[in-house]
Amino acid sequence: MADQGRSSITTSTDTRKSIAPSGSRLSLQRREARLAWLLVAPAILIVMGLVVIPVLWNLAMSFQRIRLIELQSFNFLSTDVSLENFRRVTGLSRFWEVARTTVAYTFFGTVLSIGMGMWAALVVKKAFIGRSAVRGLMLFPYVAPVIAVTFVWKIMLNPSFGVTNHWLEALGVQPIDFLGRRDFVLSIFGWEVTAPVALAAVIAFEAWRYFPFAFLFILARLQALPAELDEAAKVDGATLSQRFFYVTLPQMRGVLSVLFLLRFIWTFNKFDDVQLLTGGAAGTEVITVSIVDWLQGRSDVGSAAALGVILALILVVLLFVYFKWFFEEETE
Amino acid sequence: MTAIQSTVNPPTKRRMTRAEFEDKFFGALKWISIAFFLIITAFPLFYMIALSFKPLSELLRDPGDFLPSWRDITGMTTYREVLRPRSQGGQGFGIYIRNSFTVAMTATILTTVIAIFGAYATARLKFAGRKAMTWGILVVYLFPGIVIAIPLFVVFTRLSLRDSLWGLVIVYVAQTIPVALYMLRSYFITIPVELEEAGLIDGLGRMGVVRRVTLPLSAPAIAAVALFVFMIAWNEFLFALLFLSAEPELWTLSLGVNQLDTTEVPKTVLMAGSVIITVPVIILFFAAERFLTEGLTAGGVKG
Repeated sequence: MADQGRSSITTSTDTRKSIAPSGSRLSLQRREARLAWLLVAPAILIVMGLVVIPVLWNLAMSFQRIRLIELQSFNFLSTDVSLENFRRVTGLSRFWEVARTTVAYTFFGTVLSIGMGMWAALVVKKAFIGRSAVRGLMLFPYVAPVIAVTFVWKIMLNPSFGVTNHWLEALGVQPIDFLGRRDFVLSIFGWEVTAPVALAAVIAFEAWRYFPFAFLFILARLQALPAELDEAAKVDGATLSQRFFYVTLPQMRGVLSVLFLLRFIWTFNKFDDVQLLTGGAAGTEVITVSIVDWLQGRSDVGSAAALGVILALILVVLLFVYFKWFFEEETE
Repeated sequence: MTAIQSTVNPPTKRRMTRAEFEDKFFGALKWISIAFFLIITAFPLFYMIALSFKPLSELLRDPGDFLPSWRDITGMTTYREVLRPRSQGGQGFGIYIRNSFTVAMTATILTTVIAIFGAYATARLKFAGRKAMTWGILVVYLFPGIVIAIPLFVVFTRLSLRDSLWGLVIVYVAQTIPVALYMLRSYFITIPVELEEAGLIDGLGRMGVVRRVTLPLSAPAIAAVALFVFMIAWNEFLFALLFLSAEPELWTLSLGVNQLDTTEVPKTVLMAGSVIITVPVIILFFAAERFLTEGLTAGGVKG
């Protein structure tokens, strides 16, 4: 490779002096491009092989009738395609419930985790003794293995030996099976309000586990804000809350909107948390849990793939919005 | 607010202004909030550790009394059961720890090396498709793992890779390359080009510049990326579940902990397993917290 580059330089200098610089720059450029491709090749190959091709293949499988048991002998090139899988997965009345649950889980999980992250960032923005310890500890939910934290939550919330219900009982509240109970009917002044218990618990977990992520980003942005604006507003007599709403918050718009979309997309795709907390029971079944249920529980690969395609399509729309937004922010 | 006003009003004849009130109110709220955040983050960790030592019978008798006695702590009965090999009636965590380490370390080394090359190329070298590549990484980064999991599950079943740790390693590498590449790329861009040009003028080739100039300067970022990849691979659950569930000899710690969740195994043993999988991550994290928090915000890490 290097030899070729050198030889093209010598030929260009041989022919004519005036074009020599441009000639050598061109070959240098070409050499650089070749090196660049060599360097990115492993990354591209692995990502292509294990992400792009599987996604396309998933699309193909969603049109085929494939059972888990016949996987070894199945002819994936068969042209026997139909929309039957899509009809099957969307035909169930449960599909719409799953869709609603997914949207509620994603939206509230996202908003709460960002809200908590904002709150935490505002609280530790100014230095105090032990701040770095507090900050470090606050990241625990995010860095701890999902399997460990879901089991701790399950035991804490357990109605017979969990500490949460023990404390609630001390306050005179009946034990509640937070992760196993679908609804809780509250009557407030004769109004009957139905609260989804398990879904709320799963959303609370989501907010708890991912607020550190929002916290880090918001804190970094908060600390980068120019102090002059805040001081000027203070001199003008604006109170703390006024300064937050009219000075700080508008400057946080960019980071908050990016965070919202990122968290929304990732929560939408989240599988482990709900699977491990409730297994999708008691009104907490989200699309990803449903996909694994089709795959392993019902041994229906084709239908699982179809549901995966539906999930991916919604994601593509969200990504489109994200990039459009992101791009506009950047060019502004 | 009215209570404060009435107590302040009569003696001083001066009403507290809204600004003063808010400074006091939010000043107090700040400390309450710090306490709140400390409790919600530290308590589950503390509870997990406490329960892992507590005898189950005592816990069932009084769920509020979860603090273990000194004797319980030094006895370590649950940990012994978790670590004892299956052949001796234990839970065989020794193998899972080894598997998790093998998978996470291999994935970390492969991802870091591949990502360094890719990141350097997209950050510094001009080539057709550079922009497309940068955007492509972002798209892949945001794409749902579960959609990829189904076909991979099929391929691995067909190739019989499903029963080997290599399948899992390759998947983790593919899953973490976009993050690692993105994080490193945003770091490489911040290194002054002049330093590299000086190296080029001094007669180093491109790869020489990368080795002698770029890599030493980005050591903290590389450490952060490696740690992060290790944490992702160590904590991962979904792919391990799909690929290895039939092969207990190959289980990673996540699967090991997951199978403790049955009625036959005491919950205190389950907590001991959870502590074992959590401790390495916590140690790594606190050892490198500075790098990690900076690295996280630079790359916007998935989770």
